[in-house]
Amino acid sequence: LIRSINDPEHPLTLEELNVVEQVRVKVNDAESTVAVEFTPTIPHCSMATLIGLSIKVKLIRSLPERFKLDVRITPGTHASEHAVNKQLADKERVAAALENSHLLEVVNQCLSARS
Amino acid sequence: GVKDGSWTVLQLVEALGSCLENTDPRTRGRGIQLLSQVLLQCYSQLQEKEVLHLVLFYENRLQDHHLVIPSVLQGLQALSMCEVLAPGLTVSVLKAIFQEVHVQSLLQLDRHTVYSIITNFMGTREEELKGLGADFTFGFIQVMDGEKDPRNLLVAFQIVHDLIAKNYALGPFVEELFEVTSCYFPIDFTPPPNDPHGIQREDLILSLRAVLASTPQFAEFLLPLLIEKMDSDLQSAKLDSLRTLTACCAIYGQKELQEFLPSLWSSPLTEVFQTASEKVEAECLAALHALSACLSRSVLSSDSEDLLDSFLSSILQDCRHHLCEPDMKLVWPSAKLLQAAAGASLRAYHCVTHSVLPLLLEQYTKHPQSSQRRTILEMLLGFLELQQKWGHVEEDESTLLSLRASVCSVVFSALTDPSVQLQLVGIRALTVLGSLQGFLSPSDLELVVDHLLRLILHEEDSQSSEAAMEAAGSLAPIYPKVFSGRMVPRLEEELQAEREEESSQDHCSLRQRCLQALAAVSTHTSIVRETVPVLLQHLRKVQKGTDAGSAQDLVSVCQSLHRVALQCQQDAEGCWYYHQAVVPCLLAVAVQAAMQESTQPLLGRALLEEEVLAAMVPVISAATTHLSPELAAQSVSHVVPLFLDGEVSFLPQNSFPCSFQPFEDGECLEAQRRLVALLMAFVCSLPRSVAIPQQERLLRELLALSCSCNCPFTATTAAKCFAGLVNKHPAGQQLDEILQLAVDRMEPGLAEGPRRTQALTLLLWVTKALVLRYHPLSSHLTDKLLGLLSDAELGPAAADGFSLLMAESPDVLHKGCHADVRIMFRQRFFTDNVPKLVQGFHGAGPDVKANYLKGLSHVLNHLPKPVLVTELPTLLSLLLEALSCSDRVVQLSTLSCLQPLLLEAPQIMSLHVDTLVTKFLSLTSSPTMAVRIAALRCAHALTSLPLTVLLPYKARVIRALAKPLDDKKRLVRKEAVAARGEWFLLGSPGR
Repeated sequence: LIRSINDPEHPLTLEELNVVEQVRVKVNDAESTVAVEFTPTIPHCSMATLIGLSIKVKLIRSLPERFKLDVRITPGTHASEHAVNKQLADKERVAAALENSHLLEVVNQCLSARS
Repeated sequence: GVKDGSWTVLQLVEALGSCLENTDPRTRGRGIQLLSQVLLQCYSQLQEKEVLHLVLFYENRLQDHHLVIPSVLQGLQALSMCEVLAPGLTVSVLKAIFQEVHVQSLLQLDRHTVYSIITNFMGTREEELKGLGADFTFGFIQVMDGEKDPRNLLVAFQIVHDLIAKNYALGPFVEELFEVTSCYFPIDFTPPPNDPHGIQREDLILSLRAVLASTPQFAEFLLPLLIEKMDSDLQSAKLDSLRTLTACCAIYGQKELQEFLPSLWSSPLTEVFQTASEKVEAECLAALHALSACLSRSVLSSDSEDLLDSFLSSILQDCRHHLCEPDMKLVWPSAKLLQAAAGASLRAYHCVTHSVLPLLLEQYTKHPQSSQRRTILEMLLGFLELQQKWGHVEEDESTLLSLRASVCSVVFSALTDPSVQLQLVGIRALTVLGSLQGFLSPSDLELVVDHLLRLILHEEDSQSSEAAMEAAGSLAPIYPKVFSGRMVPRLEEELQAEREEESSQDHCSLRQRCLQALAAVSTHTSIVRETVPVLLQHLRKVQKGTDAGSAQDLVSVCQSLHRVALQCQQDAEGCWYYHQAVVPCLLAVAVQAAMQESTQPLLGRALLEEEVLAAMVPVISAATTHLSPELAAQSVSHVVPLFLDGEVSFLPQNSFPCSFQPFEDGECLEAQRRLVALLMAFVCSLPRSVAIPQQERLLRELLALSCSCNCPFTATTAAKCFAGLVNKHPAGQQLDEILQLAVDRMEPGLAEGPRRTQALTLLLWVTKALVLRYHPLSSHLTDKLLGLLSDAELGPAAADGFSLLMAESPDVLHKGCHADVRIMFRQRFFTDNVPKLVQGFHGAGPDVKANYLKGLSHVLNHLPKPVLVTELPTLLSLLLEALSCSDRVVQLSTLSCLQPLLLEAPQIMSLHVDTLVTKFLSLTSSPTMAVRIAALRCAHALTSLPLTVLLPYKARVIRALAKPLDDKKRLVRKEAVAARGEWFLLGSPGR
């Protein structure tokens, strides 16, 4: 699902950039949880939050409501890992980000171009 | 009066005298207007002398009051079309206009009149105008300076283009002329809505481009302008300047370009490196290609430096270092730029490859990761493909030849790489290398074949082994000897080797691959002669074997044979060879199997299974369709007696235990009857000109068989065979008799009895045969079919029959096997029968209504989309009703019919959006998976309707689509995700 999301900075998809990998995606159907860990291209990647947000939005739109989502950065691959994880885990902040039309535009671009 | 000659123009002038000399300019204007109108209608009848007077009069009038001028100009326009205009007058008229009239202060229409006067003169009096010299050009520049109306501009641009193209003297006014036209560049014009003149922006752009690119004299002014506009922020301006540059390069030489080359190069460079738009990139590359082509066209003078060299070296300098970083974004743009420049001429190609190829090869060895290697190899491939453009490798200067060893080793190393992607690129590169004549040395070639063999047989990934087969297929015609000498024997060996140690699964797939590969390389006649015996031998061997999987094996042999047949159809000799080798052999094997069964029940049965026979049908059919009529006649005289009289003498190994009589009665002959399928494949594929011996008898036998046989396979095949023959039967009494006979047998069969289904099958096929050729009886038969729709027992089958009627059948009754198929038979069937279907639907009882809907949706499904769109408004309500029908076949075919319509006719569909949304959403929870998928696809397609119609439903649809996201089936979930994602994007920014 998330493999075809476009990187905001590159003309490639997240899979091609090895940002998301199959081993780092854990799905538990019985308990209805999905955990995704993604690896930013470089430790200081400023787009990490945006990538995380794109993944999260795509999953929200594509998975049944019963699933609980957990999107986080692969431990030890980003400078401000903790802050980004906190942002992504905060439901209200995600919702607020999606109210922002400019952010939504970028996210939608990531999701639409190659679908 | 003037028109029919009873009045002369002079009389008219005299009569109008008082009016023309009136002191009130309005009255004068009306007088002149009348005169001009008269002239416009009858300018062809004027005498030379009259014209002279009129011209003088009009020239005089030009100085008159401004109210009068428009009419005066009209008069002059009429006179300019006169053929008898005296020499010298042209010049004086134009001079008068240039002097007396300030054109740009006139109305649009009158300006247009001036332009058409000039155009008329340019068309007829070229010599005189040229005599005016540069004055004419100057006058015209003054006339058009400041023109704003697009209609006039089109004419004016045409005039300028003619000025340049016909070598009018431009004199010192080149720059002025350029200024007066180039000020419109780049054109920014949006036609007003409901514009009655229909001038498009594109028209203006094209005509201006024609002007600007018409002469090298503009170069020094135009190029700076283009360079400036290329850096513009407007995409349209960029595109337009790049296209103009491309057009200019077609006529410029290096003299014009020299000065501006560095800046001409730098802007495409930055564009290609930065742009996100594919259009701009493509135009940049095209412009670069044109530039480089233009530079390489010009002849070198010995003293000047070679511009091409310096141009290319600057490109190389800018791009080279990017090629060394296969992970970065700029690799591909650089490679594309270089390829565009190199593709322009042989000289440019040599120049570029001389430096790039060694670099790429070196980089390949430097980067060990297969993804990087893949990128590098793909670039290399791009350059190799360019080489193909010039055909053979030239011995003396080609850099490629000197690098042969390293190129080959790189490609071969790619082939042995574990990464499938790299292998695929390697295979493509190999194909290109092979197609370069004389590039590969014989030893290399053997290596190539070995590599391909290894990939075909032992590579685990099916993708690359398929690609290898394809490569083998395209290389085989170029090097037939190597392939037939080296590859075919190896494949044969593999095929025959019985390997006990391996598990049968592996062995089976290996055999499959061998068979496919044998078929794939059979692209040259000489190879076909090697492979066909191998395949046939294998067929016999498998047929004798007794293991359970042999049916599957037989089918794959037949598929391979079919592929070979398709490949050698075009070549008459190969086709005849194939026909002679394969058809008797297949028949013999089949006949033998059918006979054996009567004595030993189990042995050899595999060959008679339906799927095997069905696989043999296309083989025989493909072997027959392309035969020339004489050869086909020769072969038909063997095959038909075989079936009618058991004449087996022409078959190889023709010693059979009992006689072959497929049409005789008898319990034990069931197996023999099945072989009618082979007969069908043969006789139904013959060209129409071939006469079939004993046709009447054959038809009767087939008819009897189709009505009386209990086995559905045999009955259906017999019916198909009968239909195929009837379709080609020449019209006349004989045909009518046969058809009457068929109808007589069908009717009691349909009415009652145990064989109603067989009768229906026969009815369907005969109807199809007749509908295809517009036979008068077809309407009678379709009516009968329509009647059957209300039958409780046969109704559903009859409804399905409509899809059979409309669809293309794979084995008989299509164009490929020479059937008589009229164009538009579907449309005709539609207009004839759909009203009846609709009527029947309304009159039918509730339990059979579904049959009508099913029939209707089958018909619609096969109708060409343009026809359907025009008929849509009347049918849509019925289709929507069909969606609420509970039969899932009806739902499915209606949905698949609606889906393309949603994409193609959104306007009509949007009227019914409410119903559509409701129906689709309720169908997404249908118990059938296929219906759910189709409904979700339709919901996806809904997003192509106009946004304003959809937005009210957005929230509802998104909520409803959440449910199928949790569907049990993966395919359903996939469609749901796609549809829901698209609905989310509706109306949100960033789409």
